[in-house]
Amino acid sequence: MAKKASVGPPDAAGAFDAPTAIGLLRTMWRIRAFEERVGVLKRADEVYGLIHLSIGGEGVAAGVCSQLRDDDAVYSGHRAHGHALAKRAPLERVLAELMGRSDGLCCGMGGSMHLVDVEHGFMGATGVVGGNIPMALGAALAPRLEGGDSVAVVFFGDGAVQAGHFHESINLATLWELPVILVCENNGFAEFTPRSAHTKVERVADVVAPYGLARETVEGSDVRAVWEAFGGFLQLARGGEGPFLLECLTHRLRGHYEGDAVAYRDALSADEWQRKDPLVQLTRVSTAAGWLTEDELAVIEAEARSEVERAVEFARASAYPPVELIGQLVYAAGTPS
Amino acid sequence: MASSTYVKAINAALAIAMRADPRVFVMGEDVAEGGPYTATAGLAEEFGTARVRDTPISEAAICAIAVGAAQAGLRPVLEIMFIDFITLALDPLVNQAAKAHSMSGGQLTVPLVLRTQGGAGTRGGAQHSQSLESWLTHVPGLKVVMPATAADAAGLMASAIADPNPVVFVENKALYFKREELPDAPPAVALGSARVVRSGDDVTIVALSRMLGEALVAADRLAREGVEAEVIDPRTLVPLDLDVIVSSVERTNRLVIAHEAVESGGLGAEIAARVQAAAFDSLDAPIARVGAPFAPVPLSPPLEDAYLPGAEEIYVAVRTSLGLAALGS
Repeated sequence: MAKKASVGPPDAAGAFDAPTAIGLLRTMWRIRAFEERVGVLKRADEVYGLIHLSIGGEGVAAGVCSQLRDDDAVYSGHRAHGHALAKRAPLERVLAELMGRSDGLCCGMGGSMHLVDVEHGFMGATGVVGGNIPMALGAALAPRLEGGDSVAVVFFGDGAVQAGHFHESINLATLWELPVILVCENNGFAEFTPRSAHTKVERVADVVAPYGLARETVEGSDVRAVWEAFGGFLQLARGGEGPFLLECLTHRLRGHYEGDAVAYRDALSADEWQRKDPLVQLTRVSTAAGWLTEDELAVIEAEARSEVERAVEFARASAYPPVELIGQLVYAAGTPS
Repeated sequence: MASSTYVKAINAALAIAMRADPRVFVMGEDVAEGGPYTATAGLAEEFGTARVRDTPISEAAICAIAVGAAQAGLRPVLEIMFIDFITLALDPLVNQAAKAHSMSGGQLTVPLVLRTQGGAGTRGGAQHSQSLESWLTHVPGLKVVMPATAADAAGLMASAIADPNPVVFVENKALYFKREELPDAPPAVALGSARVVRSGDDVTIVALSRMLGEALVAADRLAREGVEAEVIDPRTLVPLDLDVIVSSVERTNRLVIAHEAVESGGLGAEIAARVQAAAFDSLDAPIARVGAPFAPVPLSPPLEDAYLPGAEEIYVAVRTSLGLAALGS
């Protein structure tokens, strides 16, 4: 494969090389270790509310967010942990948020479905499916009106595509040519129901075809494909073009939420999961290319798991927020500059 | 001072805010053409269509776009053409805009103004005539503004645009072209400050939006009968300036609350509850409410006229509160 001119992340996709792959593997292992630990914490009733894990989707989060800057706005949905971590939200504060603690990203006021980290441009997850899509368009208006080459990215599942605001947003994003990249994680299930029970259109890229926007469908387990496709769109969006749609075919290893009995589908065989696990896939690519050894991989995994354990201790030690916070945060005071 | 109108005052306030701050922009259906009531007329000519953005009929998306833009640091003024259509924009307004500051632990602010207009009397039928403001007062995180005069429309608009919180600015279509003497630069009106429009010692009338004019008509008639009514315009429903109302009631010992919205579940219920809690011992009569009947707004002119509350109903409510029979008009 001809090597592309490397301008290197975080600005745009360059060559998919050893540092890129290792960086992605680190991010993906942090997400995997985080999500597995959260599943255990949920069963122990230490994290609160509905918990939607993204195991199986780490490649999309890492492949997209690793290329973004802090001034690029990312919006996510209810399955947001991986996106927040990949956008560099501090892991221990994400966990503290899930545990409702004062050191949480949002002081314990938001929780799993409402993670926000403005400092790193993670502008918010939302519990209302599809409601985040037009908000990302609003974020993309800022560089349109004020100048600059920042972009907006929104993650959503295929379940959001049947909602009215998706169609309103595609129309407006194309009409206004906004620098927004819509990243659909098509895992084939909307909550408990397969996509075939909700729509006749299998591919989200086909749903938006009449609007004529550039779009691509990739295997979400193929991190390199995600990284390259997104990087290409990002480079164009930085130049003021848009919108773009990247559809990533993913597999949701866990149920819709933790505790979901998952009676509506058959479990994957171990072999199938090996083929769909983005970590297994990228590991195979990286070791085959000689980018890192099994030992180095084991270190990456161990570091991720120990970071998560430290985060558990950090969050457990953090106090619950004071009751006074309920009334203090309803309105922003004063006039922002 | 110059003769102006409510809608011109809003238009001028928008232009002033847009000149002062390049982050302020207007979006909505037909706004570049001025909208159905000319509220945004001429703005596209002065500021261009990038800052006066026409949108498709997509209330859900355009409201959410305004929320995202506000979170990104812009100062959107979104128009939802009729408050009846706010139903389509409630998810971004209620689930996103109102909660963003709290849910993010104070990280996000949403300096958004949602302009809309309500009210009946134009034979618009049940889907273009409603007064739905009390729904919005039930949502923590939103501010709700309801000007009754041109001067207040201008002054409240300046404060709404400067506010870091989402503000729903509810205009009244029947007031748009009412003439009023207006200073060239009407002063800003702080959100949460009621105005005593007429002083009196016998009864307090709290009147919202278009009912203010009706209350003043009733007050003139009552004055001819020896009853001096104090008329108060709350101007903003959230935050509500309860102190001005309570101190008036402590003096007059009687309260009538008038709004165009359906009486049941309207803001009058909230004001009545708060006043009785704050000034129970001052009350010499039950607090009376004047509002529309619990029915959709009818189209047929005699029916709509009968449906709408006005000066007559306020007059009767005051006389009843005073234990007096209504006199013939």
